[in-house]
Amino acid sequence: MNTERIGAVVRKELRDFRRNRFLVATMAILPFVFLISPMITLLRIPASAPASLVDRSVGVTSLLLFVVPAVIPPIMAAYSVIGERDQGTLEPFLTTPIRPDELLLAKAFAVFVPSVLVAYGIYFAFAIAVRFGATHAVGAAVWHTPQMLAQLVFTPLIATWAIWVGIAMSVRARDVRVAQQLATLASLPALGITTLITFRVITPSVQLAVALAAALLALDIRAWRFVSKLFDRERLITGTRAQPS
Amino acid sequence: MQAPALTVEHLTKRFGDRVAVDDVSFTVAAGEVFGFLGPNGAGKTTTVRMLGTLIAPTSGSAVVAGLPLAPANGVEIRQRIAVMPEAPGLYLRLTVAENLEFFAGLYGIRDPNRIRDALEAVGLQARADDLAGNLSKGLRQRVGLARALLTDPAVLFLDEPTSGLDPVATRDVQRLIDGLRDRGVTVFLTTHRLEEAERLCDRVAILNTTLRTIGRTDELRDRMFRKRLLVTTRAPLPDAASVLDGLPGVTGWEANGSSQYEIAVTDAKLAAPAVARALVAAGADILSLGEARHSLEDVYLELISEDVEATGR
Repeated sequence: MNTERIGAVVRKELRDFRRNRFLVATMAILPFVFLISPMITLLRIPASAPASLVDRSVGVTSLLLFVVPAVIPPIMAAYSVIGERDQGTLEPFLTTPIRPDELLLAKAFAVFVPSVLVAYGIYFAFAIAVRFGATHAVGAAVWHTPQMLAQLVFTPLIATWAIWVGIAMSVRARDVRVAQQLATLASLPALGITTLITFRVITPSVQLAVALAAALLALDIRAWRFVSKLFDRERLITGTRAQPS
Repeated sequence: MQAPALTVEHLTKRFGDRVAVDDVSFTVAAGEVFGFLGPNGAGKTTTVRMLGTLIAPTSGSAVVAGLPLAPANGVEIRQRIAVMPEAPGLYLRLTVAENLEFFAGLYGIRDPNRIRDALEAVGLQARADDLAGNLSKGLRQRVGLARALLTDPAVLFLDEPTSGLDPVATRDVQRLIDGLRDRGVTVFLTTHRLEEAERLCDRVAILNTTLRTIGRTDELRDRMFRKRLLVTTRAPLPDAASVLDGLPGVTGWEANGSSQYEIAVTDAKLAAPAVARALVAAGADILSLGEARHSLEDVYLELISEDVEATGR
């Protein structure tokens, strides 16, 4: 593993994102818009509302917040490899000494940074708005430690999963649009666990959060290895799979 | 004796049922500018991609920059060579310098002077901070060359480097390739511009799925075409046979128009003075006498038309 090569790709990708700021900004807009309605609901919950209503409303909104790390990265990740091919840069890129696992790790990291920053940004904007605009009961439910821990820990883990799904589609699909659509769909099942936690089917606790986080982390690492094996230079360059001699 | 920069033996590539490159063998010496010619679809780019470790050969072997062509050597081979594909493939939202920085990072080059030197070699120092997207096609091609020169490669593969360029940009790129020869860089140049290959290359190979011929351009001409003298006189010779038959080095002749003669010879240097003396002795006024020259284009067209006749493609 050559960190210099990985660093070169990450710097290039982040530079490219910076020059194309609309890319990240526009992706954040849609999940943010979806949050407006449940957030208004939270802000309008009266102080006399029963605890069950508060819990349910906060749970739904929290679930929507997990959509952000699941939805933003796959679109960018799905572009990462096939997009290079579309803009004619893949072949020169692949003639360099970079290895597939290095290339994919670098691409994943470059998508991870803006995705997680945007997801955390939206989460904290939501939490602060609730803190100052909602009733004490709602604020306490949102600023509840396990709830926050789940958001902080699972946001990067869900994002990483979504990134690997996106990159897997990018490595295999023949069209950027197909890769992006499939990646978005395929990353959604990651929300299953968070749904169970949010609706208290699984009781959130620090131990459970750590265990699930470790499991997701292991899955994310395996996904990196798996996607590296999917990477086929010949297929990407010529559109046909390498045949054994 | 220096080891060849490239040794290719029986290299074959199939895509399904289609054979793209069939049993191709050749060597390229270190420091040589080697032309790889052929019509569209002849397998030139496929060969470059195989030698550049982008795609795997179906069979055959090669040694590239001293390393056997094998998946295990892929990273090391790519570290030693540079490939400039037909399209330069620049990141259009990055500047020229940023594009080169990116590639320098991939090759582990830390010295910023290398970027400056590469830009200087292609005459683009003043455009270092321009966005690649704002450059003309010719300038982008030059940036592609600068990128290929960053690493001081043992073998530089240039795939159709002047394709789609206007005459001025073409001339600029050809001058740069000439400059590479002076620097001793081994260049593997694929092109279908025959005059370019004739001017730039030490040797050429003509490919049409199989390797049709290989050698220096003058060797190929000699191999494929009989040597001839072309003579033009002011007036037709009354009895050409009595003048031309039996002269040293002359193997045959034919009148080509009323006062032009095409004389087949074994050695032009031996035959030309004898022909001139015989014509003067016969009282003929010689307007011109010279060796008929065949271009690389003649060689190419002869070979490719043979293939067209044989296969109908």
